[in-house]
Amino acid sequence: MEIWHIVGIGLTATALSLLIKHERPDFAFLIALIAGVVIFFIVLDDVLKIIALITELARRAQVNTLFLATILKIVAVAYIADFAAQISRDAGESSIAGKIELGGKIVILLMAVPIIEALIETVLRLIP
Amino acid sequence: MRPEIHTLFVVAAIGIITGMLHSVLRQVGRDDWAHWVTIVGFVIVLYMVAGYLQSLFQHLQRVFHFY
Repeated sequence: MEIWHIVGIGLTATALSLLIKHERPDFAFLIALIAGVVIFFIVLDDVLKIIALITELARRAQVNTLFLATILKIVAVAYIADFAAQISRDAGESSIAGKIELGGKIVILLMAVPIIEALIETVLRLIP
Repeated sequence: MRPEIHTLFVVAAIGIITGMLHSVLRQVGRDDWAHWVTIVGFVIVLYMVAGYLQSLFQHLQRVFHFY
């Protein structure tokens, strides 16, 4: 059960961050960053299993592999942009967080262009 | 390079130590040295964090089939 590890690391990082925040806010920011990375590495194996399951389901349903790869990339971009934006917002830089989110949204939209094109082609084929 | 829980304690310890050194050096009257200690501690931890972030990005690219 990894949830105990995750909760323990989260609470420990929160305690350390509170301990240090008055004297050195810059180190509190770095502690939050490391806690995020550590928690991601804990859930990494489970994410691998879930992605294997989704890939197997897509293979059985004969979904185009381009779509699956695009969706996985979009999930990764969304995760990493959200990670950075939350940490920037915690450090008190809401405007930088907003720019990171804007960049993530634009990258996701760019990645979704092939899917949207396929969708439009399908719709146009349905219209006589 | 997988970060573990003890890296959190290492970072917190470096933060506390640089904070103490900062206040001690400022009490003594060496304000410039206090700032240098702060900067060096921050750069050391930033270097560690940069390595961990690099490994995070590499694992993300591997897990989500980015290639």
